[in-house]
Amino acid sequence: MVHDVEDDRVEDMEVEVLSSMWPEDIDEAGKKFNVEKPGVHQDMLEDLTFIEEPSIVDFKRLVELTSYSEKGSSQLANLVKNWEYKQENAVRLLREELDNLSKQQHEVELKKLEILEQHRFEEESYGGDKRPVSVLDEVYEAFQDVPKRRTDVIVEEDKRLEIDAEYDTVVYWKQRALHLEKLLEASVQREQILLEKLEESIENLEKQASPVEELSQILKRADNFLHFVLQNAPVVIGHQDKELRYRFIYNHFPSLGEEDIIGKTDTEIFKGGGVKESQDFKREVLERGLPAKREITFETQLFGAKTFLIYVEPVFSKDGETIGVNYMGMEITDQVKKREKMAKLREEIAVQKAKETELNKTIHITEETMRAKQMLATMSHEIRSPLSGVVSMAEILSTTKLNKDQKELLRVMLSSGDLVLQLINDILDLSKVESGVMKLEATKFRPREVIKHVLQTAAASLKRMLILEGHVADDVPLEVIGDVLRIRQILTNLISNAIKFTHEGKVQINLCVIADPYPEGHQEPKINMDDSSVSTKNGVLLNGHEENEPQSHETVVWIRCDVKDTGIGIPENALPNLFKKYMQAGADTARKYGGTGLGLAICKQLVELMGGHLTVSSKEHCGSTFTFVLPHKLSHACDGSDDTDEFGDMADNESSDDDITCGFFQFQPHALGSTFSSNGSAITHKDRINVTPKEIVSSMDEDDSSRFDASSEPESSSKCNSENENTSCIKKEKQNDDGLDLAVDSCSPLDHRFHNAGDLCVACEARKDSNRSSECSSSSSNRQEVAKSERKPKILLVEDHMVNVMVARRMMRQLNQDMDVVNNGAEAVRAVQSCSYDLILMDVCMPVMDGLEATRLIRSFEKTGNWDEARKAGVDFPSYDQVFQEPRKRIPIIAMTANAMSESAEECFQNGMDSFITKPVNLQNLKQCLQQYVE
Amino acid sequence: MLGFGAVRLRTDMNRLLSLLFHQGVLDEQFLQLQQLQDQTSPNFVSEVVTIYFHESEKQLRNLRNLLLDREMWDYCKLGIHLNQLMGSSSSIGAKRVRNICAAFRAAVDQNNRPACMRALEVLEHEYCYLKNKLHELFQIEQERVLGDTVRYPGAVNQQ
Repeated sequence: MVHDVEDDRVEDMEVEVLSSMWPEDIDEAGKKFNVEKPGVHQDMLEDLTFIEEPSIVDFKRLVELTSYSEKGSSQLANLVKNWEYKQENAVRLLREELDNLSKQQHEVELKKLEILEQHRFEEESYGGDKRPVSVLDEVYEAFQDVPKRRTDVIVEEDKRLEIDAEYDTVVYWKQRALHLEKLLEASVQREQILLEKLEESIENLEKQASPVEELSQILKRADNFLHFVLQNAPVVIGHQDKELRYRFIYNHFPSLGEEDIIGKTDTEIFKGGGVKESQDFKREVLERGLPAKREITFETQLFGAKTFLIYVEPVFSKDGETIGVNYMGMEITDQVKKREKMAKLREEIAVQKAKETELNKTIHITEETMRAKQMLATMSHEIRSPLSGVVSMAEILSTTKLNKDQKELLRVMLSSGDLVLQLINDILDLSKVESGVMKLEATKFRPREVIKHVLQTAAASLKRMLILEGHVADDVPLEVIGDVLRIRQILTNLISNAIKFTHEGKVQINLCVIADPYPEGHQEPKINMDDSSVSTKNGVLLNGHEENEPQSHETVVWIRCDVKDTGIGIPENALPNLFKKYMQAGADTARKYGGTGLGLAICKQLVELMGGHLTVSSKEHCGSTFTFVLPHKLSHACDGSDDTDEFGDMADNESSDDDITCGFFQFQPHALGSTFSSNGSAITHKDRINVTPKEIVSSMDEDDSSRFDASSEPESSSKCNSENENTSCIKKEKQNDDGLDLAVDSCSPLDHRFHNAGDLCVACEARKDSNRSSECSSSSSNRQEVAKSERKPKILLVEDHMVNVMVARRMMRQLNQDMDVVNNGAEAVRAVQSCSYDLILMDVCMPVMDGLEATRLIRSFEKTGNWDEARKAGVDFPSYDQVFQEPRKRIPIIAMTANAMSESAEECFQNGMDSFITKPVNLQNLKQCLQQYVE
Repeated sequence: MLGFGAVRLRTDMNRLLSLLFHQGVLDEQFLQLQQLQDQTSPNFVSEVVTIYFHESEKQLRNLRNLLLDREMWDYCKLGIHLNQLMGSSSSIGAKRVRNICAAFRAAVDQNNRPACMRALEVLEHEYCYLKNKLHELFQIEQERVLGDTVRYPGAVNQQ
């Protein structure tokens, strides 16, 4: 910044103002610190008052610095040089002026001489005797004033004298001489003035010989300006010597006196956080000899918590040694706070932005998902409608007349259709699971049945030569409470997966109870059916009994289910993605095997929803095992025979191939439909023969086998038992320990006798007596053949209620059987008397005479061959001639009762009935009855 | 689009049935009943159910009279009636009616007259509900049968 300043003495000259006390090096680019010349705008500074206290100077040190430090001396030299230069300049100008003036004087004199010579020549040529005339007097007036400016000093050449006299006359010459004389006079006068001026100048020069005054003035001005500028600045300026003792400090807000600061170091002056740091920093600068900046936060008692930006530069002596530091600090606490705030804000903004993008992403995904779900829902609905059409039609079809194969096909079709419907519902449910609105149902179910049905369904659609096996450990409770639909879904999913990826070998489901909810690699031993495991089975048996105890309380049992296959396995790197939605082991897999990749995701979610967990272990090319562990509530002790009956009815399908206690199932894809076969060991183990290939009964109920163990003739009893198992549908319930046998649904006479009387031998004898031999299978098959070749069996229904009659009659017709119907016990007795029947279905509760009494009477007749008792009971017979008849064979009498309570069952057997059917009578149990007692 | 209406009606029927099943009003026995119906007796179900209603109404009347007769508290007769009602109800698969009958009988066994009265109320209510619903069902069935039988040659849709 350069100010052009007027100077009354020197024209056109740049005034170079001195720098401040410690300016940077003087360079060509300009001065760092410029100040006006004194005199101009002087008022401005006069208005201000300067507080000079803040700066505290150790003057001795200052002198030292100026004389010893390089910078100081250079500044001083510069000052002097500057002053000298200025003075020199002034002298030069004066001299120039002087030269100019003398030149002019010389010229004028030359001219004068010339004129004089001319004049003389003229005088000589004209009148030589004439004396020279002095013209100078006249000429003087023609001279102009001495020009003040340099430009005016030059005499104009073309300036001519104006003389009105005629040329070359005496007057003319006189005038001219006068004029010239005047000019000369003026010139002399001017010379004199100049000389005077010169003298004056020289005098002045002498007067100003010392620069100190001017310098100090300038310095004072600079100082004033500095104070003016710094008066409110939050800066501290200081100088510290080699030992970091303060020699100079400027502090606008002084809190300490001079004596407290000068000659002391930082650490001596004040204490607290940051003091040491600043001290160290200064020392570092001192040692390194390089200026540096640093931000230091002070935490002192003196001025609290403040942050200073400190600039420290070293000061060198003339021979390059550091002799101290200059130090400048600016308080930037607010700025730091602001900066920190800004940083925080920026951070927050960044976080906000990240969140925003995340949210946007989520929103996008959610929208996408919503759309997908909407589509899925729509699609599922669209699929559901026609599918329900198909299923409905299939249902209608199933009511028409079909042969067995067709029925079987239709059954599979229906169950598959139902499954698809179910699955569609479940896909819809998946969204419910995700949104947490999925409700689980708690229903009683039988794990064995579920396993069997799942396998059966899977086997029905089996296209490869795979063996499907189910192993259910004995300790798995007969009935548990859980969401059977979901569990079925999980199992079906896993099984179909296993089948899909298995080309040969087998797929098996193992079910077992585990103690610990989260076992570590606990492998349940498979339940083998061979002889060697009999002992273990008996061992388990006791456990089974013990486990029956807590059944009455609501205990939770953890059931672990392994679905094991011998398929292609899953590569290890695909395992983490396995349970993700729409993910498959690999793109290759998807191409080869198809599928949506939704199944396992649903399974996992469902399992987790039910409080369990689903894991997988797999070895490539060897197979995989999916394991899920689920908690189930134990159902209350199964005493309610009503419930079980209902359940049985629900679960039974037409083929009625349930065995609730069976622990092992195997299916092979021999033919279409489910083929259910036993392995040989099962037969040797339990001596049970599956008469129909559809069914095996292998593992028996614990209670059952315990009874066998207790019996005196276990072998024969089991043989007898196997005889009657042609339908293999025994509904047994867990019994109480006192041996009450309840709720036996359509069981064979033998069966109930086992349970009822507990006297197996008697039961066997009775059967032998009744001529319905059941000792060995060969005789029975003979008998069956005979029976088949014979006429249709005669059946009597004793039932008082119209509806029941209609239904039963209708059912019989469907089973291709005829039936007589009577309305009460008395009529029944009469009917038996007049006609011989192969089977009597007897309602228990009837007017006039109930079923129990009627049965008793009929049994008495069979024993004695007379109807005395019947007559005593008040049954009147129309004809007497048939009173004495030979004893007839024992007619199987089946009780039909709505009163499925324990005592009524007991009553039935005590009155000589062979079995009982709980109402409602349905086709299945009717058919079983017929098969069991008639064919 | 021939037969579409039949499908719809069938769907309606199934829906109604599944509702009744879901509510526990009916059970599998009713399906059995339906299965017994074939060409030889196309109205078997409705016939049976009509008889059931006829009989049941008689029984309900008897039950009410027996209960209202304060002097004579005939357990035996009550039991017989209840048994009959229970038997026939289970035969047509009227599960809820049957269950209430069981409860009723338990009340009778306990000689608890107020409980019996309550049970009777509930029984009558249930009975009415069943009757209404089954009527509805048969109506749809009838429509369906009509739709199945009525066919105009070349017509597009007769429903």
